[in-house]
Amino acid sequence: MSTTEAKPRPTGPNNPGPRKSRPLKRLKSFGRRWWHQLTSMRTALLLLLALALAAIPGSTFPQRSVSPTDVDGYYTEHPDLAPFLDKLWAFDVYTSPWFSAIYLLLMVSLVGCIIPRLRVHLKALRAAPPQAPKRMEILPYHRSLAAGANQGRARAVLKQRRWRHVVREDDDGTVTVAAEKGYLRESGNLLFHTSIIFILVGVAVGSLFSWYGNRILSEGAASGFCNNLQQYDDYGLGAYVDETDLPRFCLQLDSFKAEFTDGGPTAYDAQVSYENEDETGSYNLRVNHPLSFDGTDVFLIGHGYTAVVTYTDRYGNTQTARQPFLAMDAALNSEGAFKFPDANYNPDTGEVDQDAETGFDAILVPTYDDSTQMLIGSEPELNNPVLALTAYQGNLGLADGQPESVYSINEDQIASGNLDQLNDEVEVIGVGDTMELEDGSSLSFDAVEQYAVLQVRHDPGGPIVLAGAVILLTALLPTLAVRRRRYWIRWNPDGTVETAGLGRNDFDGLDEECDELTALIAPDFEPPGQTESDADEPIGSKS
Amino acid sequence: MTGAEAANALFVATILTYAAAMFAYALEYAFDKRASKAVGEKELVAAGNAVIDRGTSADSADSGAESAPITPSAARGAGRIGLVLTFLGTAALAASIITRVVYTGRWPWGNMFEYTVGVALAGMVTWLVLVSRGTVPRRLGLFATFAVTMVLGTSVRVYTEAGPLVPALDSYWIIIHVTAAIAASGILLIGCVFAILHLIKRRYDRQVSDGKPIRFPLNIAERLPDATALERLTFKIHVFAFPLLTFGIFAGSVWAHFAWGRYWNWDPKEVWAFIAWVVYAAYLHARVSGKSMKANAPWIAILGYAVMIFNLTAVNLVFDGLHSYSGV
Repeated sequence: MSTTEAKPRPTGPNNPGPRKSRPLKRLKSFGRRWWHQLTSMRTALLLLLALALAAIPGSTFPQRSVSPTDVDGYYTEHPDLAPFLDKLWAFDVYTSPWFSAIYLLLMVSLVGCIIPRLRVHLKALRAAPPQAPKRMEILPYHRSLAAGANQGRARAVLKQRRWRHVVREDDDGTVTVAAEKGYLRESGNLLFHTSIIFILVGVAVGSLFSWYGNRILSEGAASGFCNNLQQYDDYGLGAYVDETDLPRFCLQLDSFKAEFTDGGPTAYDAQVSYENEDETGSYNLRVNHPLSFDGTDVFLIGHGYTAVVTYTDRYGNTQTARQPFLAMDAALNSEGAFKFPDANYNPDTGEVDQDAETGFDAILVPTYDDSTQMLIGSEPELNNPVLALTAYQGNLGLADGQPESVYSINEDQIASGNLDQLNDEVEVIGVGDTMELEDGSSLSFDAVEQYAVLQVRHDPGGPIVLAGAVILLTALLPTLAVRRRRYWIRWNPDGTVETAGLGRNDFDGLDEECDELTALIAPDFEPPGQTESDADEPIGSKS
Repeated sequence: MTGAEAANALFVATILTYAAAMFAYALEYAFDKRASKAVGEKELVAAGNAVIDRGTSADSADSGAESAPITPSAARGAGRIGLVLTFLGTAALAASIITRVVYTGRWPWGNMFEYTVGVALAGMVTWLVLVSRGTVPRRLGLFATFAVTMVLGTSVRVYTEAGPLVPALDSYWIIIHVTAAIAASGILLIGCVFAILHLIKRRYDRQVSDGKPIRFPLNIAERLPDATALERLTFKIHVFAFPLLTFGIFAGSVWAHFAWGRYWNWDPKEVWAFIAWVVYAAYLHARVSGKSMKANAPWIAILGYAVMIFNLTAVNLVFDGLHSYSGV
């Protein structure tokens, strides 16, 4: 900074020179040096490799953004290691400070690289092709023409072949035509790198403004739901999404059909009805065929069985439960639980009998084979569905306000003796059968229905990312395929004619192309046979 | 014979044909002396001048082959047979895949076995295009058939009876996404072969110019084309494959949106595809960033293919993710 020079110089033997301006200067040059370092290709390269390396832990550790339950599972399996790993963001790799640091540095490096290049390129796009060097023979392609070459013809040929060109006349009578082609390479290159930033912006918009909810939806109008967070089994909201902003619509599953071939699923087919502000309709929802409302998509992402049971308590009151079961394997052997906390309501006392809350742990087997000792079936179809039940009575532990799984009976209550297990051996009942309990109550297995797992998702960043990706792909092709090259032809005052060519990137065939141009301009020009330049040779012999 | 048996018989025929072709190429590689013209010009090599073997030197080199068990012209005949066998084997491989399509009635990219076989086909077709265009000498088919036979041999380890597809795969995107991934993997396989050959030749050249003895396995590099030319070809193949790889990932994420509700799930397969893409991007950058970086570029290309192999094998077999289907 030159302005600081004007300040009075401190005097003294230990203070020679402009002390005050130096740190600033030094800081500036330090900054510039680091900026150059950061925006250099070598740094970009190292950052790219660092990014690749940093992405690896995301595939080895469960990720919260992908499956929070897997992260919980990891905590249970490795209680000592998990909290430590969590401190290192091992379960949130792609939002971790260190991963973000790498890609943000990469983006800074990228911006720092493309802005100066953009400036240069915009200038080059408007400028005429540069003048040939004085000594043209130093260029990779160079010919001295014995034959004459016509200036007008040169311009016509270059124009026809879409070379950008300019004719320059020197004072000494030298005339040069300079031509350049392949600007699209750099345009594509800059667009490609810009599109990466564009994609990143789309991802950022997505993480701030998107929301999703997952919902297990059983068949029938009674199970239908409307779009608000309380109705979802789990959900996620972007930082800038308020739950009151969610669009209003309701969905119900009319029917669901899964097709199986050789024990594997081949098609899921859900018939859904929907109702939003001004229309109602129905849709055949399948995997790969989401239902779209304005900006919101409904996906079919899974399915399973719902067991329908009726519990008749000791006073003869009945209640029916529709309980979705979670699949444990590919054959859809599924686990679930039935809980009746308000059964056994005593009409005389007006209260639920002490320790008479009733619950059942259950396994649903779609195809039970009673000829074997195995409970677990091997086919996912409903050929012989059974429930394997274990009954409990006592305190189910639902009143303490702790969230707990609806798919199992609270084990702590069993362990603490608050819940009594009523049968030692599981009781297997088919559809239409009834399990009798000692107190006179009973559970009957009425039916099996199907449920679909739906994901409702809105991601305003998606279209931005898509546009960015399309631009990226489109720009990538000219970036890699277009050859940027220059061509000159010069009429010297002594009557000789020279041509020269220069490839601005590394490619084959410069000599051939330039010879072709030269031959068009000077019809009598004979291109020399095999050139000695190895670049144009096939790497081996053709036989 | 059922469709499955026919497909498997054609598959076995492919491997045997490729093995025979490999042997034929090996004969040409070892005994066609004209290919070793470069050896007599050590000084030239040492001076850094590129030496390209050309057909024109055949006559002068033939005379020096008196100690070889077969004559150079017989060796070239073996090479021609090798090339014919390669075409035949590739036709058998394509027929095997088509047979599978006919009797399963679906697109043949449904499991890891089918994918790997597709990669082998893509790699071999890439090779045959290069040879037919005269870009590479025929005798290098030794290395291409070796690499592809390795891939086919690996596929046997994960053989799966052809069956119906899970619902998520029942989409026309399987044609677009998986075909792009297979084509990119096959072309990159050949790119990786050239990167390795370049490194071998480069090391050989350095040993020669340092006057150090050449021992096995470096002595096979004697008959390799010029290191610079190998490097340029490596680059060209990667330049061709990179947009395909990019498109494959792009198509995959469009499909992921429809099938899984999210265009990017950080599923292990996606993570490793991302890593591979970044490594190949690093290769393309290294190639244009100065001499020392350019020298490292082939290593980055090989690293890229290592990531591709990891993504196919370890990610399918070890990791649990959305790309895991029944079987492998």
